[in-house]
Amino acid sequence: MKHCLAPAFAFAATAFLFGAALAQPVSLRGPTSPADNAEPPPMANFEEGAGRKVRNYPEQPPIIPHDVTGYRIDLNSNKCLSCHARARVGESGAPMVSITHFMDRDGQFRAAVTPRRYFCTQCHVSQQEVTPLVENDFVDLDDLIHPKNASGQR
Amino acid sequence: MLGPIRWFWRTLRRPSVHFSLGFLTFGGFIAGVLFWGGFNTALEATNREAFCVSCHEMRDNVYTELKTTPHWSNASGVRAQCPDCHVPHEWTDKIARKVAASKEVWGAIFGTIDTREKFLDHRLAMASREWSRMTHNDSLECRNCHSADSMDLTQQNPRAQEAHETFLLTDQKTCIDCHKGIAHELPDMAGVPGWQ
Repeated sequence: MKHCLAPAFAFAATAFLFGAALAQPVSLRGPTSPADNAEPPPMANFEEGAGRKVRNYPEQPPIIPHDVTGYRIDLNSNKCLSCHARARVGESGAPMVSITHFMDRDGQFRAAVTPRRYFCTQCHVSQQEVTPLVENDFVDLDDLIHPKNASGQR
Repeated sequence: MLGPIRWFWRTLRRPSVHFSLGFLTFGGFIAGVLFWGGFNTALEATNREAFCVSCHEMRDNVYTELKTTPHWSNASGVRAQCPDCHVPHEWTDKIARKVAASKEVWGAIFGTIDTREKFLDHRLAMASREWSRMTHNDSLECRNCHSADSMDLTQQNPRAQEAHETFLLTDQKTCIDCHKGIAHELPDMAGVPGWQ
């Protein structure tokens, strides 16, 4: 099977390159020439859910399951921390910022979020209701290990 | 020393010699109308956005910041102007605010916040005054437009629904307790309750 595929692939690749030389290259920005401004897509809504989202892999910074338009994170104020700070979660019901954010660069745990972990949206992002520009064939590690249980429980 | 005062008091107590009763009555009435009308017109003139931003302290700082917020442009096309939030609608409260604002005239004359740096240094003090005013009148200026009764919670996102049900409808908190810095940038919030 593998031997049959190789020439077929080579043929396909040649045909693709030949075709590409004739046609205009099509990029993610669409058929608009780089010199022109493409028609921007309509503004998408934020995915708003009351619940938390499952992480795709253990190290993934959890995504923000709500709209954060206008939330300032700067020298003066951090809107995220007004709900997610340790002292605030009792009232807000929001999940507390992970203790890993309290560790400074020397590995010492401080009393509050350290400067290097202060800018939430450097890692955590909101999601918008849009169709992905490219198809994503990401497979959850659990599904990879136990493919039979992919549709059921793990 | 007391001479002029005594003379004035004596004149005031004596019946008029030169002017008729009709002139004094109707003249007084018309003068009163003119004075009251003029006073209110002048007062209203100081309640317009154009008046507020005629000073560069307001135009270059808070007014510029307002332009980036939903209170300037939004889906429904309603805009809040400076006096909508910063001048009480009730007459007595309004006069009290206007008297307090004489300090702002002093500040404008002597340049208390005439540079961006000076403005930022004073921002916490000025913001705290507004927060305190709104805390004490139960966010009256917010509620002039946003009433809890006419709020359709089902159209809000789940987070907002929950927060409003828990804190607003039970009168545990008032608007400004959570919604700070919605029309202008915030000062350094360290030490402000509810902030880090």
